[in-house]
Amino acid sequence: MTGVLRELWDNLREFVATVGAVALFFGRVLSQVPRALLRFRLVVEQVHNAGALSLVIIMTCGLFVGMVLGVLGYDVLQRFGSEEALGTAAALGLIKELGPVVTALLFAGRAGTALASELGLMRATDQLTAMEMMAVDPIRRVVAPRFIGGVIAMPLLTVIFIGVGIFGVQLVGVQQLGVDAASFWSQMRSSVGHEDIMEGVIKGCAFGVACSLVAVYEGFNATPTAEGVGRATTRTVVTSAVLTLILDYMLTVLML
Amino acid sequence: MSSSAASSQADAQTAQDSIVEVRDVHYSIGGRAIFSGLNLRIARGRITAIMGPSGTGKTTLLKLITGQIRPDKGQVLFDGIDVSHLSRTELYALRLRMGMLFQNGALLTDEDVFENVAFPLREHTDLPESLIRNMVLTKLQAVGLRGAAQLMPAELSGGMARRVALARAMATDPEVLIYDEPFTGLDPISMGMIVRLVRQMNYALGITSIVVSHDVEELSILADASFIIAGGKVAASGSFVELKDHESEIVHQFVNGLADGPVAFHYPAPDYYEQLLAGDA
Repeated sequence: MTGVLRELWDNLREFVATVGAVALFFGRVLSQVPRALLRFRLVVEQVHNAGALSLVIIMTCGLFVGMVLGVLGYDVLQRFGSEEALGTAAALGLIKELGPVVTALLFAGRAGTALASELGLMRATDQLTAMEMMAVDPIRRVVAPRFIGGVIAMPLLTVIFIGVGIFGVQLVGVQQLGVDAASFWSQMRSSVGHEDIMEGVIKGCAFGVACSLVAVYEGFNATPTAEGVGRATTRTVVTSAVLTLILDYMLTVLML
Repeated sequence: MSSSAASSQADAQTAQDSIVEVRDVHYSIGGRAIFSGLNLRIARGRITAIMGPSGTGKTTLLKLITGQIRPDKGQVLFDGIDVSHLSRTELYALRLRMGMLFQNGALLTDEDVFENVAFPLREHTDLPESLIRNMVLTKLQAVGLRGAAQLMPAELSGGMARRVALARAMATDPEVLIYDEPFTGLDPISMGMIVRLVRQMNYALGITSIVVSHDVEELSILADASFIIAGGKVAASGSFVELKDHESEIVHQFVNGLADGPVAFHYPAPDYYEQLLAGDA
């Protein structure tokens, strides 16, 4: 029994220590953000890496999520004879929930893992230590631009995901299943407000901060071995996914 | 003059002559003591070798000198400044006076050779591009790799990567160059080149070199003074000739490359026969 308690206590202590370390790391990254922003080229490069390179996967998944939503939405709504509401239902679902969450999960899998493994490998091959030895703060030169890149890219990707998703809903609902195009679009326009779009964008920003922070933290602090880098990459995906869903619930409740 | 005043003057004199001074340093990792009362002085303008069997903490000593880690007890002075009590900004300012060559070169893999050498210049100066270009080409010429400026690190051999790293370490004209295992895994030609470069850099530029290695032969040609670290302390110090005749068994074993001695060939294990018989039971 004491063994179990001891293990619980140890785990709790480790958890608190990790939260503290992440918070300190976040503080260090934030303190370097203004200086990193001055190096505009580095930031643009990272927005390209995290954003542009994730476009294909985001758009493909957005299209299919939209199409599934179109089929399922139509199936449910036509039971009540209100298939014209498909536009509203799908758009609200995509903007407020599916868009930000699925984008964040895909972002963690595509850009997050790339960030974590890149930083982990830089750690393992002494590149980060070499920078420190050259009196160049790797948080400023390497971590902050990547963090900013992720934070900028994530809401943009969310908006693109939502846009392509709505196109997918329309493709199936209007083009294939015959929902009236005029009522599809007009109902969507009249019932989706600015605050709904803001909710999606705020969630996108929050998930962007969370997923980018997890990726750079895990990569920067990876054990400098092949196994360590692998573990950091795995942890990036798992932690980002869990954190996204927890944050999603909290933000949804807050913005109701 | 009283004897205490004379000795303090002598101390001040030695402090002036030494650029790095390690005073009674204790350091342990995970409960295992790496250093227990380490003392050494590294002379200014000379090539000093730090040797010792694997696992004695040679690289740890470099990390202490460069402020990557802090000692549990004791002082590490770089030009009279206690490295272990500096803030990050102060430490970075001090590191501009040091250059370090890592065992694997630690080049930035996404940048070509030219950009690797230009990296510290771009980060620390606002020099115009034409001047940076000339400075980088000068450094690359010094290590014989001006022709390789456009190659990527993955296209370089181990020896070339280390020479590029040396050019990069020199880019900001440091006072001290620190080499971590510079000869490991090199063919004799590359090794000869690195030995030549270390000597040239040291005496042509009037800097101090600290070389951590266990390649006794190369260091015997290269070093003005050597320290052998074993058991958490300096086991012996002096010129290579003095070390060769040192009475300490561990120094004798190390310098002469003997397979058995105080550093046993066998890792501590239970009794051989008993263990074999236990398998039969």
